[in-house]
Amino acid sequence: MVTFLNILDPQLTDWSRAQFAMTACYHWLFVPLTLGLAVVMGVMETVYVRTRDDFWKRAAQFWQKLFGINFAIGVATGLILEFEFGTNWSNYSWFVGDIFGAPLAIEGIVAFFMESTFIAVMFFGWNKVGRGFHLASTWLTGVGATLSAWWILVANSWMQHPVGMAFNPETVRNEMMDFFAVAFAPEAVTKFCHTVTSGWMTGGVFAVGVGCWFLLRGRNRRLALASIRVGAATGVVAALLVIATGDRSGIDIARTQPMKLAAAEGLRQGGRQAPFSIVPGIEIPGMLSLLATHDIDGYVPGIDNLLDGYTAPDGTVRPSADERMERGRKALQAFRDFRAARKKDPAAAAVARQTLEENVADFGYGYIGSRDELVPPVWLVYWSFRVMVGAGSVLLVVLALLWWFERRGRLEKMRWLLHAGMWSVPAVYLAGQAGWIVAEVGRQPWAIQDLLPVTAAVSHLSVAAVQTTFFIFLVIFTLLLAAEVRIMTRAIRTCREE
Amino acid sequence: MFSYTFFQQYWWFLISLLGGLLVFLLFVQGANSLIFTLGRSEEERALIVNSTGRKWEFTFTTLVTFGGAFFAAFPLFYSTSFGGAYWVWMLILASFVFQAVAYEFQSKAGNVLGRTAYRRLLVANGFLAPFLLGTAVATFFTGSDFTVSKDAMGAGEALVPVISSWGNAWHGLDALGNPWNIVLGMAVFFLSRVLGALYLINNIGDGELRPRMRRQVLTDAVAFLIFFLAFMGRLFTMDGYGVEDGTVMLVPSKYLHNLLDMPATLVLLAAGVVLVLIGIGRTLLRPAFVRGIWPAGTGTVLTVLALLLLAGYNDTAFYPSSTDLQSSLTLANSCSSEFTLRVMAWVSLFIPFVLAYIAYAWHAIDRKPLTREELADEEHKY
Repeated sequence: MVTFLNILDPQLTDWSRAQFAMTACYHWLFVPLTLGLAVVMGVMETVYVRTRDDFWKRAAQFWQKLFGINFAIGVATGLILEFEFGTNWSNYSWFVGDIFGAPLAIEGIVAFFMESTFIAVMFFGWNKVGRGFHLASTWLTGVGATLSAWWILVANSWMQHPVGMAFNPETVRNEMMDFFAVAFAPEAVTKFCHTVTSGWMTGGVFAVGVGCWFLLRGRNRRLALASIRVGAATGVVAALLVIATGDRSGIDIARTQPMKLAAAEGLRQGGRQAPFSIVPGIEIPGMLSLLATHDIDGYVPGIDNLLDGYTAPDGTVRPSADERMERGRKALQAFRDFRAARKKDPAAAAVARQTLEENVADFGYGYIGSRDELVPPVWLVYWSFRVMVGAGSVLLVVLALLWWFERRGRLEKMRWLLHAGMWSVPAVYLAGQAGWIVAEVGRQPWAIQDLLPVTAAVSHLSVAAVQTTFFIFLVIFTLLLAAEVRIMTRAIRTCREE
Repeated sequence: MFSYTFFQQYWWFLISLLGGLLVFLLFVQGANSLIFTLGRSEEERALIVNSTGRKWEFTFTTLVTFGGAFFAAFPLFYSTSFGGAYWVWMLILASFVFQAVAYEFQSKAGNVLGRTAYRRLLVANGFLAPFLLGTAVATFFTGSDFTVSKDAMGAGEALVPVISSWGNAWHGLDALGNPWNIVLGMAVFFLSRVLGALYLINNIGDGELRPRMRRQVLTDAVAFLIFFLAFMGRLFTMDGYGVEDGTVMLVPSKYLHNLLDMPATLVLLAAGVVLVLIGIGRTLLRPAFVRGIWPAGTGTVLTVLALLLLAGYNDTAFYPSSTDLQSSLTLANSCSSEFTLRVMAWVSLFIPFVLAYIAYAWHAIDRKPLTREELADEEHKY
């Protein structure tokens, strides 16, 4: 019981978050390219199998080589990410492991083995298996990667909007009641589509960027044009899907995580016909209401409304932060009473359990010290959102232009557009990283929305231990990223079409 | 029949099986620890690296799935061990990070560190991963220094609401203080080298390398047997962590009793050890025999399976706390809810299907052993 009396060092949470965020950011440098190049190389190899034109085989192999370089480091960072739930968020792992562990195990059994089995056939099977089997292996590698994205995004989405479970004070954890509510939650579907299509967009842009670079250097013309054609088509379709799912995502967030939405807009006071801020000072009246509710008169609460409590136009009353914190403390007290009484005094335990159940929706608020903790860092979420949407929109235009002029055969003369295509590569990475910052920083302080703040989710480690591993991983990942970028650029630069 | 207890045991069985497969697949690490020992020329080292390079993802994925299955089925273990024995797990993971990229990066232009450095990282992973995993598994029998108090969740803001705590600042490295943990670590390490050499004998068709590999099997097999038998001797005479009516207590010769109470594990263990010995023995005695990896690999899976079943079945605490007996983890107090275990049992029906396509793809790639000629013509090589 020694732990009961210890004071939690607030730095422990910060460093644990920093380590997880760093791992996730690095991981997301590699994963979208894996998802996207899977489509690009799959399409190219399909064309090869249909036309038997050796050019397409070489093109597919070129992209598979880059895929392989990128894949290994994605796998490596992913390993750390999975185990960090246990190593750095051990309390979380018990508190919701009954729900959260399942998608991770399914990911391993169903998706990772598919990926790792067929990637070996894809790389080493060219001269050993038939064309059909090889093509199937190439696509199955991508399907495996996409399936794994499904399950990890189900897990992420559940943290943002927990459903299908109930708190059991006997075991002191949340327990799964409805698997399908977890695995096929509408928010999870939206999140999956939004994230995977953003990965396709990354792969498309990457192929386009490399193709543009080749054209600017006046080399590998056929490979360049083919890559731009496949990449731009993939990218344009993906970008449109990203926008559609992003719109859906906005509605979901307005409903389930209004504080994230308010922070992303820097909206202190909400209301009907809430304006959308393009940058500070420039607003489109009513646009935010339209985006968040699909109704220009829709009510969108601001940060202060959420903290102070408000009555929505339809009459529903939302409690203030103080009321929720009060209820949270009541829930925690009832939990303590239950634990003390459960073996000695069943009647008292039943009363405590009743009180706990009445207040359990605000359980996590019991760990919150002051209401300021409930507001995520507004400027970071606000600007990340603008970077994501801004870069995404520009990319759509660039991709559409590239696709159009490539079809018309006029692309090679438009050097400015080729430059734009090349610079799209950093832009698409920036957009992806910014998107995850909106999603993850925007939900602070919650590890699981309303149930468990990050401060109560950590492992009981010393700050020094987490600092040490943070810097170790920072050095390792940065070194490996530098190596990857150099290897990739070399591989691209030395590529010569016969 | 399909009670809560059944599903707990079912999932412990699957995790034990995954553990067995993982130790078998550590042949990748074992072989990598021999890159510079066996490979005297660049061509030979390339053969070894390219041979294990076609299998490393299976080991890696099994490790991830092993973790995921533990998370889903026994989340309190995931929480207590990973969050507590922090340094051991971090070391294991970091070594795997390097391993994952080392294959793809080592021979490519612009790789920053140079080929030899990446291969040394493969060797480091080859030493560290089997040794540390063996050491960690030994604590399933010897115990660790941690406490679990679920009541701690009731601590409000500013206090520590974390339910499990490690008892010392070594966070898992303290396992190295118990010589028996090191003994099992060494046994797993030398076993992985035996398996690695047996795998290479089977997978690389090369007249010069094969005799050298056979000699290596002999050296490592002797070391393995010494450590393995020492640990077995200790295991079947030491006190173990038994559970009676939910109370954990030290029981004399607990693991010996488990073995005798569950004859099936005795059969598994005996069959496993015999198969490993057959794989080693036939390889050493018959110079033309190249299939030693199959009996030895199967034997490894069975042996590890039996040992892990001994750790968890028959009212035994599988992750004991030596400082606070009642904090020890048992199948019943650390598992997921019955609902989750049932759902996951449905998912586990995919496993035979997954194993089948792995076997099919493996066979398709490995129809002929890797040779110098093939490697010279290969487009995708490390």
